Formats: sequence, structure tokens, C-alpha cells
Amino acid sequence: MTQKGIAVGENILELKNITKLYPGVKALNQVSISFQKGEIHALVGENGAGKSTLIKTVSGAIAPTAGEICIEKQSFKALTPAVSRENGIAVVYQEFTLVPVLSVTENIFLGEFIHNNGICDKKAMKKKTEQLFQSLGVFVDPNTKVEELTTGYQQIVEIAKAVSKNAKILIMDEPSAPLTNNETEAMFQIVGKLKNEGVTIIYISHRLEEIFRLADRVTVLRDGNFIGTKKVAETNKEELIRMMVGRTLRETYPERNLTHDEMVLSVKNLTGNGVKNISFDLKKGEILGFGGLVGAGRTETAELLFGNGKIKSGEIYLKGRNIKPSSPREAIREGICLVPEDRKLQGLILDMTLKENLSMSVLKKLSSKLMLNSRAVKKFAQQYIDNLSIKTPGIEQKVKNLSGGNQQKVVLGKCLGVEPDILIFDEPTRGIDVGAKHEIYKIMVKLVKSGKSVIMISSEMEELMGMSDRMVIFSKGRQTGILNREEFTQEKILKFFAEVVEDEV
Amino acid sequence: MKSKVKLEKVSSYGVFFVLIAMLILFSFIAPHFFELNNFFNVARQICTLGIVAVGMSTVMITGGIDLSVGYQISLINVSCAWLMVNLNMNPVLAILVGILMGTGLGFINGVIIVKSGVAPLIVTLAVMNILNGISYIISKGVPIFGFPKGFSILGQGNIAGVPISLLVMLVIIFLGAVLLNKVYIGRYFYAIGSNEEAAKLSGIAVGKLKILAYTLCGFLAGTGAILLLSRANSGLSSNGAGFEFNVITACVLGGVSSNGGKGSIFGAFVGVLIVGFLDNGLLLMNINQYSQLVVKGVLMLIAVVYDTKMREKSEQVKKIKSINANNEM
Repeated sequence: MTQKGIAVGENILELKNITKLYPGVKALNQVSISFQKGEIHALVGENGAGKSTLIKTVSGAIAPTAGEICIEKQSFKALTPAVSRENGIAVVYQEFTLVPVLSVTENIFLGEFIHNNGICDKKAMKKKTEQLFQSLGVFVDPNTKVEELTTGYQQIVEIAKAVSKNAKILIMDEPSAPLTNNETEAMFQIVGKLKNEGVTIIYISHRLEEIFRLADRVTVLRDGNFIGTKKVAETNKEELIRMMVGRTLRETYPERNLTHDEMVLSVKNLTGNGVKNISFDLKKGEILGFGGLVGAGRTETAELLFGNGKIKSGEIYLKGRNIKPSSPREAIREGICLVPEDRKLQGLILDMTLKENLSMSVLKKLSSKLMLNSRAVKKFAQQYIDNLSIKTPGIEQKVKNLSGGNQQKVVLGKCLGVEPDILIFDEPTRGIDVGAKHEIYKIMVKLVKSGKSVIMISSEMEELMGMSDRMVIFSKGRQTGILNREEFTQEKILKFFAEVVEDEV
Repeated sequence: MKSKVKLEKVSSYGVFFVLIAMLILFSFIAPHFFELNNFFNVARQICTLGIVAVGMSTVMITGGIDLSVGYQISLINVSCAWLMVNLNMNPVLAILVGILMGTGLGFINGVIIVKSGVAPLIVTLAVMNILNGISYIISKGVPIFGFPKGFSILGQGNIAGVPISLLVMLVIIFLGAVLLNKVYIGRYFYAIGSNEEAAKLSGIAVGKLKILAYTLCGFLAGTGAILLLSRANSGLSSNGAGFEFNVITACVLGGVSSNGGKGSIFGAFVGVLIVGFLDNGLLLMNINQYSQLVVKGVLMLIAVVYDTKMREKSEQVKKIKSINANNEM
């Protein structure tokens, strides 16, 4: 990677007084940040802080209303995607931009195939791809179709594709979000290698732990304002959170005591949907954590309980009664409800209003003789907006206009509406900000205190340990252990994460 | 939020203005267009279209489509004609058989689509050809006529000067609007079309409701077929040919989204009026059938492109709004 006389440690990208106005809102307000060559610079802030807008300004997707962008001392009023790329800026988006049916090589060269008069020079492309992966220190077969790779490898291809265009500045938007711990580890190593080669990395993440592991400096944005840039070595998590939310907020978990001993749900040797021999009990008023890596079988087990997967064998006893839910509809009737992992795809109808989403599962109940009782629907929706303190201008607001945390509350409210005894939360706090997280925790505690039972699937160790009364741990479709609260230690839990149950012959 | 509501209102009023503009234009350039007699004539002609549009809108709102409605109408026409002429079946009974046939065909469409998971476009395309074939086999391609006296009242008769078929259509449109807006099942149709996964996880019986939508569409195709047969007074296997195109054009023109989840019966009805008056106006101007096809095809294309563009625009609005919403907090 050739440079035009910018040495490591000098500013390669400078943003000066960038302001972006949208009708009625200042998405960015006089933000100035400088990025140095060869550093990993983290960008943090709550949802809506202006991170995405800033990234789009740099990638050329939008033009700032005012301000100046300096790349290698060259000043621009605004960038276009083409100009941004020409100047060595590449972005790895959360959603990959790969074509699944094409090979790794073809994806990397997509749009700029090496060819002789229209005939692809496959050999040359393959060789270049191999060199590229070698320089990144990973092995990926260039001939494999991208759809056959795991998410982690797909991301590596995505990074390689970005780097192949001689990127000097690599922007990564929540790169670890779809990855397992091992995959994240591999990604960190590649990022480290790129840094050593003098690439500047702008790293956006919700996970503060990652920033302390990886980044050199960190910039905090809040409500479109620049709050500060810190050297990672000279700051700590509390300080960052304080900068992000503008108030001191420690990740504390609400206090409570498990008082009931009554069994609500009992699962025996449940098999199907990719999991095998799952057995556990759920007590009244309990939060049972489901731990494990992504793909370990946690969601799959929850789907079986919720009737969204086919049970091959095994039994589910609900208050002593054997049930076999074959559709979510049946499960809901039995009093089991699921707050799904992906609220936008599975939980909400984004184009519909708060009122319609909240009342979705109970419209029949709110009707008399087929006809909707619109007053009852309104009252019902308002009740849950108040109870869950959903922040919205009104019940007629479309849910796509709400923030992540408030959307999650709407999904939750929809579930609570059917008055279930058992609630399954699949990654309840993914992608929502610290303040909203805490509120979701409080709601969960309120629920179990009122005698409901909760199963919580989570990939965040801290959350699992802080919220669960007991924990079932999954690995590769099997259950590897059950721990009581007193036994929770990170080491023990991680040991079960990695354990493999062999089939008895 | 307020400006957003306005935006949507304007876009649904938009087609209404198109209709008005078209009516004014034809009044000037098409002979005998602006006459009460002609309007009643159009009313009789569009009643089948209007009735089936209610069914098609429902199916499209759930995210599906039914290409077979045209040949459902052909088959029902030919079958009812055959029963009345060859078996001397009582017309009332033949009407019931016809409506039942439509309902059954719709139900079969729905069951195949839901149980197989094959795209509705492909399933109903296949069914469309099957039905076309059967109606030719029954009729041997020749018109069947000579129905019992009185059968033509439905399509040609008046009550207090108003065509009976017009009344039937208005009642069905009213009931369709009630179903989609006021009955909880109607709201479920929208939910399924907008986000099937979310609807399923909310405990909505997605499969059953989709079958219901196709069945309803078939029932209305049956009803529309009877009115058509009664007006034409002759059962011909080409009676319903190309009909699906007119219905879908009307729905899309009226703002029913080809991607599901969006649309209203009122909008679809405006679309029906546009298609109906367009056919009529062009005919009065002596423009041949094939040129009409070109005009309608272009109109449909404009409507779907417009629909997609509007969606992109609302996506942009959404992004700005979400920034707004976040900042309010």
C-alpha cells in the first residue's frame, strides 16, 4: 500500500465542523474528528447519536450541509461514493454485499474482473485472491461459493474485498454483531494485521469490551454532537458510558429473590429442529438463562417450545399436562409467548402503527361478533404504552419511526397482551442502547415478580449472569450443563460452552 | 408524522384526479360518452370487474396474486350455460353451482399455494391454463346459448331504473371494505402481507387465512361470472380471457401494492372505474381492441413503477423520521 508521504501517526482523515441537517433535525452538529494513519479508532454512541450519518458522510452516501473533509491533506466539501473509494476509503457494512452464488474470487473482483477482450482470466484472479488472503493470514479457498461459507468467513471475504481496492481507511460498522466468539477472535486478528500494515480502521461497535481489546482511541458522539476523543489506555468503561448517555449509569441488574418453588414447565429429552435430548425445568417466577454460542441450539429449542419447529421426540409438560404445540398459535393459547430475536423481521410490522402492532395477537378478543371494537383497541394499546413507558408521539405512530429500544418494548407489549405464563426472550437487548437495556431488565423482573416465568436467550455473558436464576448451556445442538446462580462463574460457563456431547453408540 | 399522512392521502387521491381528468377528456373527444345511458352501460360492464377486484385486492393484500380468475370466469360461464341448456337445469340452481365452483376453485388455489409453498404467480398460472383447457373441452370452443327466460334479469334488468348488477357490485364493495377495515380478519390480511413471519409468530393462523383469501376471491369470481353470463346471454370459453389482466391493472392503479400489505377497496374501485371508462371511451372513439391493450399495459406499468418509487420515497422519509424519533428521547 503506497502512501503519499503520510507517516504512521499523522492525520490521514480529518473531519472539520461537519454539520448535517435533515428537515427538522440536526443529525450532526459541528463535529470535528481526526483519524491517524495506522490507528484503530472506535466510534461509539447510543442509537441516534449520529454514527451512521458520520459514516455516510465519509463514504460519500450523503453530502454534509456544512463542514470540510480532509483526506491526506486534500480538502473536500462533500464526497461521492466513487470519490470516496478513489481516495482509499472502504466500508464493511453490517449487511454483507456479497453475491452468495458466486465464488470467493468472483466476489472479490466483482465489477472489475480481470479479462482479456472479455474472457475472464480466472487464473490471474485466483492467484491475486490467494495472495490477498495470505497477506491477511487466513486461508479461504478462492473457489468456494460464498453461500457455503460460515458468517465469519463471509465477513473475512467482505473485508478482503474492501482491502483489495487498496483501502487506506477501512470503516467497519458493527462487525462483530453477526459473529460467534471464535469468529470475532479471527476478525480481530485480521484487523490487527491491517493496522500493522498502516491501514486506518474506524470501528463502530455497541460492545464496549471489544473497544478496550482492540482500539487505540475512541470517539464518543451523543445526539449529533462530538463529546470527546480519548486514548483507550487512559479511559474506562464507566467514563465512556457516562459520555455516551450524559449520566452515570452502571450496568446493574435489578435485585430480586426467587420465592416460588412451583414447577411450570418441564421438558424431557426434547429432540428435533437441530437439537437433541434437551431436558430442563422452569419454575414459577424464575428467569432461566439459555447460554451458548450462536447456533448452539438455544433459539432452536425455544422454537420447539413455541411450536415453530417440528418435535421429533421428547415431551413438554406444562403444569403437569403433556403438550405438543404445532404452531405458534397453539403455543400462545397454552400461554407460551416468544419475543423473537429479530424484532424488525420477526417481531413487528414496521409499516403498521403502534396500536395495530400492540393489538396484533388479541384482535379477536377485542372484537365483538367479528367487528373490531376500535375503542377497546385504542384502550388496550394505550394501556401497554403507559405500562411499558414506550416513548411515542401517539398510538397512531408507525413503529418504523421508533427507536430500537422502543420497538423492542412494542414487541414485548404485543406478547404481554396475550397474558402468557411463560415468556421466551431471544436476545432481548441486542442492538439497543444502555438506557433502554436497563428498562427491559426492569420489566423482566417485574414480570417474574408477578408470577410469570421467563426463558432468556442471550449472547452477552454479563447479562446472562446478572439476570438468570439458573442457566442451561448449549453447545452444538446439545445441552452441556445446568448451573444454579451460586455456581455462576465465567470459567465454568465457558467450559460448558465449548463442551461437546458425544452420541452414545 | 402529519406531513406523512398527507403524503399518503395525496397519493390515494391522485388516482381519483386521474379518473376525473379522464372523464372530462373523454366527454370532449369521445362521441356519446357523457350520456346517462352510456354511464349505465359502463356500470353494467364493470360490475364483474368491480366484484372480482374486491377478491383480488384481498389476495394481493395478503401478498399473493390470482392469475386464474379470468379462466375461472370462463369455466363457470361455460359450465353454467351447459347445465342450463343441455340438462335444463333450473337457473337458480345453476347460479348456485357456478358460485360454488368459483369458491371451490379459489379454495384449491389457496390450498396448493399454502401447502406447497410454491409462488402464487406460478401456481395460478398453471391453474389458469388448466381451466382454460377444460372450458374449451366443455364448450368445444363454440358459444352455448338459449338460456331460460328470466336468467338475463341479473345482468340486464333494473330496479327503480338502476341496473341490478350495479347494486350487487356496490353491496359487495361495501362488504369488502367492511371486511378489510372493520373485521379483525381483514386486519390480519394486512399483517400477513406486510410481514408474514411476524404475523405467524403473533399467533395468527397465516395458512388458513391465506386459503380464506383465495377462497373469497374464487367466490367473488363465481359471482362476477354469473353476472357476466347473464349480461352476455351466451356461454363462451373466451368470456373471461384476459380478465385477470384488467382486474390486476385496476387494483394496482388503485394503489393495491403488488408486494402485499397495502391497498384499499376504495382505491381498487377507483381503479376499476378508470379501466371501465377507459375501455368504454376508447371503444366509442373506434379505437380497436389491440390499441386498448397497449394503453392499458402502459397504464399498469406506470402504476407499478409509481408504487415502487413511492415506497422508496417513504423509506427515505422513514430514515429521517427515525432520526427525529431518536432525538426526541
